[in-house]
Amino acid sequence: MVGALSLPLAFFLPLLTALAVFLLRARRAPWLPLLGGAATAAAVADLIGQVAREGPQVYHLGGWAPPLGIELYADGLAALMLGMGALVALAVTAYSGAYLRGQGHDAELFWPLWLVQWAALNGAFLAADLFNLYVMLELLTLTAAPLVAMGGERAALAAALRYLLLALLGSLVYLLGVALIYGATGTLHLREAGALLGDGPAAALAAGLISAGLLVKAAVFPLHIWLMPAHSAAPAPASAALSALVAKAGAYLLLRLWLWTFPALLSVPLGWLLGGLGAAGVVYGSLQALRQTRLKPVIAYSTVAQLGYLLLLLPLATVAGAAPHAWQGAAYHALAHGLAKAAAFLAAGNVLYSLGHDRLAGLHGLTPYLSGSVLALGLAFASLMGLPPTAGFLAKWELLRGALGGGQWGWAAVIVGGGLLTAGYAFRVLAAAHAASPPGYSEIRPPRRVPPVMAWTPLLLALALYLLGLSAVPALGLLEQGAPEGLG
Amino acid sequence: MSALLYAYLPLGALATAVVTAAAIFALGDARRRQRTFWNLFGATAKLLMVAAMVGGVLEGHTFAVAWPALPGVELRLAADPLALLFAMLSSVLWLVTTVYAIAYLEHSGQRARFFGFFSLCVAATFGIALAGNAFTFLLFYEMLTLATYPLVVHRGHPAALAAGRLYLAHTLGGGAALLAGTVALYAAVGEQPFTAGGIPAVALWAEQAPAAATAVLVLLLAGVAVKAALFPLQGWLPAAMVAPAPVSALLHAVAVVKAGAFGVVRIIEDVYGYPLAAELGVTPALAGLAAVTVVYGSVRALAQVDLKRRLAFSTVSQVSFISLGVALGGPLALIGGLAHLVHQGVMKITLFFCAGNYAETLGIHRIDALNGVGRRMPATSAAFTVAALGMIGLPPLAGFISKWYLGIGALAQGQAWVVGVLAASTLLNAAYFLPVLRRIWLLPPPAAGFPGAGGAEAHRGLLIPALLTAAAVLLAGLLAATAFSPLGWAERIVERGYPGL
Repeated sequence: MVGALSLPLAFFLPLLTALAVFLLRARRAPWLPLLGGAATAAAVADLIGQVAREGPQVYHLGGWAPPLGIELYADGLAALMLGMGALVALAVTAYSGAYLRGQGHDAELFWPLWLVQWAALNGAFLAADLFNLYVMLELLTLTAAPLVAMGGERAALAAALRYLLLALLGSLVYLLGVALIYGATGTLHLREAGALLGDGPAAALAAGLISAGLLVKAAVFPLHIWLMPAHSAAPAPASAALSALVAKAGAYLLLRLWLWTFPALLSVPLGWLLGGLGAAGVVYGSLQALRQTRLKPVIAYSTVAQLGYLLLLLPLATVAGAAPHAWQGAAYHALAHGLAKAAAFLAAGNVLYSLGHDRLAGLHGLTPYLSGSVLALGLAFASLMGLPPTAGFLAKWELLRGALGGGQWGWAAVIVGGGLLTAGYAFRVLAAAHAASPPGYSEIRPPRRVPPVMAWTPLLLALALYLLGLSAVPALGLLEQGAPEGLG
Repeated sequence: MSALLYAYLPLGALATAVVTAAAIFALGDARRRQRTFWNLFGATAKLLMVAAMVGGVLEGHTFAVAWPALPGVELRLAADPLALLFAMLSSVLWLVTTVYAIAYLEHSGQRARFFGFFSLCVAATFGIALAGNAFTFLLFYEMLTLATYPLVVHRGHPAALAAGRLYLAHTLGGGAALLAGTVALYAAVGEQPFTAGGIPAVALWAEQAPAAATAVLVLLLAGVAVKAALFPLQGWLPAAMVAPAPVSALLHAVAVVKAGAFGVVRIIEDVYGYPLAAELGVTPALAGLAAVTVVYGSVRALAQVDLKRRLAFSTVSQVSFISLGVALGGPLALIGGLAHLVHQGVMKITLFFCAGNYAETLGIHRIDALNGVGRRMPATSAAFTVAALGMIGLPPLAGFISKWYLGIGALAQGQAWVVGVLAASTLLNAAYFLPVLRRIWLLPPPAAGFPGAGGAEAHRGLLIPALLTAAAVLLAGLLAATAFSPLGWAERIVERGYPGL
């Protein structure tokens, strides 16, 4: 379609849209975000086609090759994440207009922030050097914190501030690691730096610092503390983007760096350490989700748990029999979790919108206004649990097949047990929604009708999980493009 | 019919149920006529497609459709005679139960949700029947768990929610075992379609790694044993009784417990093959467990005062005959078990329909309130009587045929103790059904009369399904010797599929 340009367009189109919305005002051009979003999605779709046909794509901004210029690099994994991101981002964009209007949030503030965030996200998936990654990570943080604060309540402000401070600390630590690498090798290129770095103590220190920074961003246990307050206080569409995409970008980069830049350093004990943190997140996040009394905190803690699964790839990648399946499973999990989490948060937004609260105890006797949203919630939860026929099931199958095929019983237990824990908190919510109203119950205020675009968006996202649950073969074929050695 | 159409019939029948569900969800609660149209259209269309497949299989055609779901893992639907036995049962009973459910529930709340999930539940059951490999079986088996949950908690009161929790704790736990077992099976032998008599690659693997093969077999069986309500995993079934009567009917006769029992058949016969499963020492244990469950369920049924709970424990007992038939090995016992898959379904659905009629028409839930009800509701009571006598095993009713084949099958295998179990079961069945029949027909009705104004019998939408299935109980026994009876079809399955037994 647009040839080599679709790669940079995937980054620049949302940025340009943000600028245009900022200049024209969303009030005067309410169609503009969706138009820019559709154009971005088209560029991403074109790029995915290119990667699938021709293998990994490279683009040098302004024609300058590194180390002077900036390189954008799209392999199968990046293309997959861009595609997932585009689906979620389109849904968020379509949903937000009506939600912001209905809940009285400031649209003029939201749109530029959100569109810049989308650009930064695509940038993080595409950046080929450590410094540009730093820029993208900062951009993600600096757009995410005000989006959280837009929730408006005191708690939202406190959560935003806590998030900002921790995330900036994470960025700082990350930057220290980057500086070390530049000092040692003279390059920041993702693939070249790793080859030059070797496996000496400097390399280990740099990898440790960078990982620590990213562990904060990915909300990996025990550095997850900022996530629940922030993601549950933000306006629902922002929560969807933060949980499905922004935190995911941290986990994505963690995997990308360990598998592409520091594979020489990924020893068995280290893999176990990182995988252990992931497993702890799976257990801790799920147990916390089980204790929440409101819907959005349940979904937010679920993110802590679900991102933990991604880290299980690191120990499994060091086992020959397990690596290829675990790699496919982790990538598909990232995809499935993104769609499911966005659907869940948008459905939760509908509950908030209609009832004015999201207390589980108050979900009983749901009105017809919310039946589609609860269906979407249930369908999305089924994918998070790994129940078929969803994308989440295929992801869990591959992860488990990797673990069992490589004789890794412990990790297999985490994968199976994590699914059961997920079912625990998911069905707690669904049971609340199925409960009949107590006799004599009357609402404090009549439930509000949910606008059709808001009702349909989470449902369509959830249904996409079932389409992707019929076959993972196309997506996993794409993933093969530029897969690291030993995994593809 | 063209070859292409033949290949896609399984997919079409599955899609019918899914599309019906989607249409019902989209219609919402209010539009009753359209929903009823979709309900009946979906059930009829699916039945016709399954019937066409039965005809095709008789002519020697094969129906199979498969596509890769993951690299090296296929989603495969295939219609072999065993698959069609279960598919035909579920399609026929779905149609009947749909008619019943419309009459039973159309005036309650959350109808769109109910009928939508009702359809999804049947889609999952159909998928289980036609699953052509372990992956596909797992997929639909787990989908069934999810689809039945909203039906179990339909009423939404605390008891229903508690039953739902218990149901999930059991079935999701079982699902986890089945998942681990299936993945381990694929890790060991890769993609293998179900093969009548056992998959050769599994036999090879079991030779090299007998301990692992045994462990995986136990995991797989543990996974399906939960839904099959084998002791000690049966706890959820009586609790799930709080669901509305059509759901109980569906759960007990067609969907959940039957899916578990069908899974036992598939795993033993078509994954490992009976000889290998016996060599690994698993089938004797399974036979023992099934026998314990038969007696345990009956003994517990004796003590129940609630009619549906008594029927539920009766299911625990009766469904285990299927596992027992499989675990004994030998053609006759297997024929008995497979025929019982259908027989138990028809009998138990009749009993639940009738229990629902008593509850819906007269508000009767307890057995001691049934005194003299035969005079007030003679047709319902006649249907109940036929099915109860069938359960006891009175000739020439369906239940007798199953027990007869199980008995001579056990003797042929040199397992005479099973005859004792069958005799005990018959006595216990009589002990918990005959007093009910005595109350219905022989004891005088309460002096104050029955609650509920006017009308002698149940609504015809509730009555006709019960009479039809009761007639099926009679016909399955009377016409057992014909090729199209459940027994005849079971014989065909065993003769064609398992000549090695």
